Amino acid sequence: MNPMQRKKDRIDALAATAGAAADIPDAGRVSDSGGLSLIGSAWLRLRRDPVFLIGATVTLLFILLAIFAPLLAPHNGHTAYLIKEVSADNPVPGGEKGFPLGADGQTGRDLLSRLILGSRQTLIVGVLATLAGLCGGLVLGTVAGSLGGWADTVVMRVVDVMLSLPSLVLALAVATLFGKPSQWTLIIAIAIVQVPIFARLLRGSMLTQRSSDHVLAARALGVKRSAITFRHMLPNSLGPVLVQATLVLATAIIEAAALSFLGLGNPDDSSPEWGQMLGQAQQYFDIAPRLAFWPAGCIVVVAFGFTLMGESLREALDPRNRR
Amino acid sequence: MTTAAPAKTETLLAVRDLVVEFGGRGRPTFRAVDGVSFDVRPGQTVGLVGESGCGKSVTSLAIMGLLPKRGNKVAGSATYDGTDLLTLDDREMRDHRGRDIAMIFQDPLSSLNPVVSIGVQVAEVLQRHRGMKKSTAIAESRDLLDQVGIPDPARRLKEYPHQLSGGMRQRALIAMALACKPRLLIADEPTTALDVTIQAQILNLLKELVVDSGTALIMITHDLGVVAGLCDEVNVLYGGRIVETASRHEVFARPRHPYTTGLLGSIPRLDGSRSEQLAAIPGSVADNIPWTSGCAFAPRCSRALEVCRSEAPPLEQDPTAMEEHTLRCHNPNPAEGGEPA
Amino acid sequence: MLRFIVRRLLQAVLVMFIVSALLFAWLRSLPGGPVDSLLGERATPASRAALSKQLGMDQPLLVQYWHFLDNMVHGRFGTSTQVQTGADALHIFFQRLPATVELSIVAIVIALATAIPLGYFAAKRHGGLLDTGSVVLSLIGVAVPVFFLAFVLKYVFAIKLGWLPPSGRQSADLDATRVTNFYVLDGLLTREYDASWDAIKHLILPAIALASIPFAVIFRITRASVLEVLHEDYVRTAESKGLTARIIRGRHVLHNAMLPVVTTIGLQVGGLLTGAVLTETVFAYPGLGDALAQAFSQRDYSVLQVLITMAALGYVLVNLLVDIAYAIIDPRIRTR
Repeated sequence: MNPMQRKKDRIDALAATAGAAADIPDAGRVSDSGGLSLIGSAWLRLRRDPVFLIGATVTLLFILLAIFAPLLAPHNGHTAYLIKEVSADNPVPGGEKGFPLGADGQTGRDLLSRLILGSRQTLIVGVLATLAGLCGGLVLGTVAGSLGGWADTVVMRVVDVMLSLPSLVLALAVATLFGKPSQWTLIIAIAIVQVPIFARLLRGSMLTQRSSDHVLAARALGVKRSAITFRHMLPNSLGPVLVQATLVLATAIIEAAALSFLGLGNPDDSSPEWGQMLGQAQQYFDIAPRLAFWPAGCIVVVAFGFTLMGESLREALDPRNRR
Repeated sequence: MTTAAPAKTETLLAVRDLVVEFGGRGRPTFRAVDGVSFDVRPGQTVGLVGESGCGKSVTSLAIMGLLPKRGNKVAGSATYDGTDLLTLDDREMRDHRGRDIAMIFQDPLSSLNPVVSIGVQVAEVLQRHRGMKKSTAIAESRDLLDQVGIPDPARRLKEYPHQLSGGMRQRALIAMALACKPRLLIADEPTTALDVTIQAQILNLLKELVVDSGTALIMITHDLGVVAGLCDEVNVLYGGRIVETASRHEVFARPRHPYTTGLLGSIPRLDGSRSEQLAAIPGSVADNIPWTSGCAFAPRCSRALEVCRSEAPPLEQDPTAMEEHTLRCHNPNPAEGGEPA
Repeated sequence: MLRFIVRRLLQAVLVMFIVSALLFAWLRSLPGGPVDSLLGERATPASRAALSKQLGMDQPLLVQYWHFLDNMVHGRFGTSTQVQTGADALHIFFQRLPATVELSIVAIVIALATAIPLGYFAAKRHGGLLDTGSVVLSLIGVAVPVFFLAFVLKYVFAIKLGWLPPSGRQSADLDATRVTNFYVLDGLLTREYDASWDAIKHLILPAIALASIPFAVIFRITRASVLEVLHEDYVRTAESKGLTARIIRGRHVLHNAMLPVVTTIGLQVGGLLTGAVLTETVFAYPGLGDALAQAFSQRDYSVLQVLITMAALGYVLVNLLVDIAYAIIDPRIRTR
């Protein structure tokens, strides 16, 4: 019995019940044209995927906002424009001409400008924390996945332990190691939480590749282990890692807000950050909830955008979903 | 499609002009089955033969009402014992499935639920269609497993699919299918996923059970060896249409359609000389063209004429045949033993 | 099966061992060193000398670690400096445990009861309106910071509408008998049903906020898993047997689809404690999360030691239970 025949027949039957039978002619076409690359077919799908388009648009707008924030903000973020109106009866002045969102609290600064300027710091914290976590995970995952054996065991046990602690507790524990909280302690704390996630992902992908044909072929040709790791295995693992990074960026921004909320954020608010603004807004929550709603809304929209983009990328790059 | 043979005696299942189209959501529709008609008489074994993608599995799933509703279109009729199965609603169809018409599938491992014991998977059919209580149904299941030749059935009842061998799994599936003594059994490539030695055992078992109980059988296969051992009548499918229909004897003795001879030619023969090449059919079903622009088989056919590429041949009775033998070909093989074509 | 449990137990012990080592290293690297950290602001030269001796600070690191481990195994975590000054840290843990367990159970029940049916029907009508809507909802659930959701719930339902209490675990004027410190259960046991009802009212808002995290995860796993199972051959076999829709759903689809969900539930424990820290803080709910947040912001390291150790232990134990539960519902593991 020809195994290919058997497999094709099975796929035929499966596709029929799956309601995906329209793939049968499709599959024929792909095999005729010699096959599209995974990236190529992923792009074809993404271009038509509304989820991806929405996510990418939100992300792009956010990045543009962060870049051009100083140009877009109507005022600066630190002058107490509205301080004269702050009083015991009116601790948080509302919107007025030129200051549509009003003050950011008893400090009397312009909330709208601080929101716009805050996008930059939020992006920086998110990106740096994700990059740092990515690098840590890259090192650990590569060591575990390419060396295997006891190195793998040790690394993976440590990763297990890091995963066994609630992420926030881990971040808090790291943050307390530094005498004074600052933007950098925040970034490091968030990054460390992401390390085990990236490490696991990378190791998994390395392990599958270690036994794959192209790596076996390279080994049979006598290519050095380091060369195989860095030239063959690592580049091939980057796809899923980058997808994960998109999703982690969303978590990092939310995590930063949580740490700020618990008092471990950056106490210096001269350059505002949304998480920090949200954390500070809790003291006004009963009298002026809008102080929390605005930064929270921004965080939700941005995190949602990154998540949408990451999820649709993941789906598109999954070979099982290839169309 | 007017050439369907009139039923000689009573028919159990009459499939007429069955059309199945897949599509929906902006995709081009794809016609998997394109006007298939055939009859199954009580106790008869009918083969549906062809390569993968020829529409044989889809035909059986359409008869069983197992195709996903969304995006798919099923037309024509499949009359079972006076009822057109294609017009039944979901609930009515569930009453027929497993009781009147049962089905066994290709891959016995994936066709069994991995987390439910064999006993329960057999018993649930009896509970559903024969209203048995669980304990009675389990006891009955033991006998059924015994009948399909599973040794130590009492122990196997409590076991799970992964603990059984491939052959035993297929036997268990047969036990489930025959639990309610259906009048029609559809077997979709029941031996393809099995070892060669087991294949023969399963075929013999099917033959034995079908003959004993007078169950009609639709045998779906790409393997003419299976047909030779089992079927009374053979329908050869290509590109969603029947291209040749005849009795088993007739098909093997006087294959007229070039595709049928191609299928026959790709079976290795022990008595052939070793230097003799297997006659492979060039290409695969994937590059077939729709019947609207000529014969779908023409691009792969060694006997194709100009007319084959422009005009789809109708299904007609072979004038050289002594018995019922229909075929869909402009330029059939010369009839052996008959007058020259 | 027994071998499987023993192996998992050994793994659990190993994880706890590594946790203790990390915790030890963490305490040694705190700014100001472990003695000052553990004593807090009220450190006197005498108490510092005493603690220094007790910790064996003059001895080699390995000996210190041994002492640390010995203390930990015997439940000697020290005395709280801030959260509940003077109280034994382990005592604080046990005192607050029921509150958080009660809250977590309600939250996970809410999450399971909504996420699994929604995930099933979303998969069943894949691509439909319900599917798209609930996927978007779950993605928003991921994007909304938990503490913000908690704030909004508190603001709308407690402060603006006044339907539910804004904070705490029981009303101040309520005088209920305590048996187990699980307040809902206590009320049932002592037949003080109003006390149970009062406890439930205090649980609803924090539990909904807390449930938002596991809800999103469980929903997505259920949906993906059901989608995959619906395409399995054995579901087609079940259909070909003419079984009722109910049996196919329960025995053939959900039973198989629940396997990855069960694993996920175990992995959610960590996320649940993260959420508890935030929601308990917002609702001033006197549980472990609230204690943890206080201990961190006030640098009460004795309490932190207990809570971090117990968080890891809880995670390990729950996952052990989940693995055993998994083996029970998946015969492929049970009968191996």
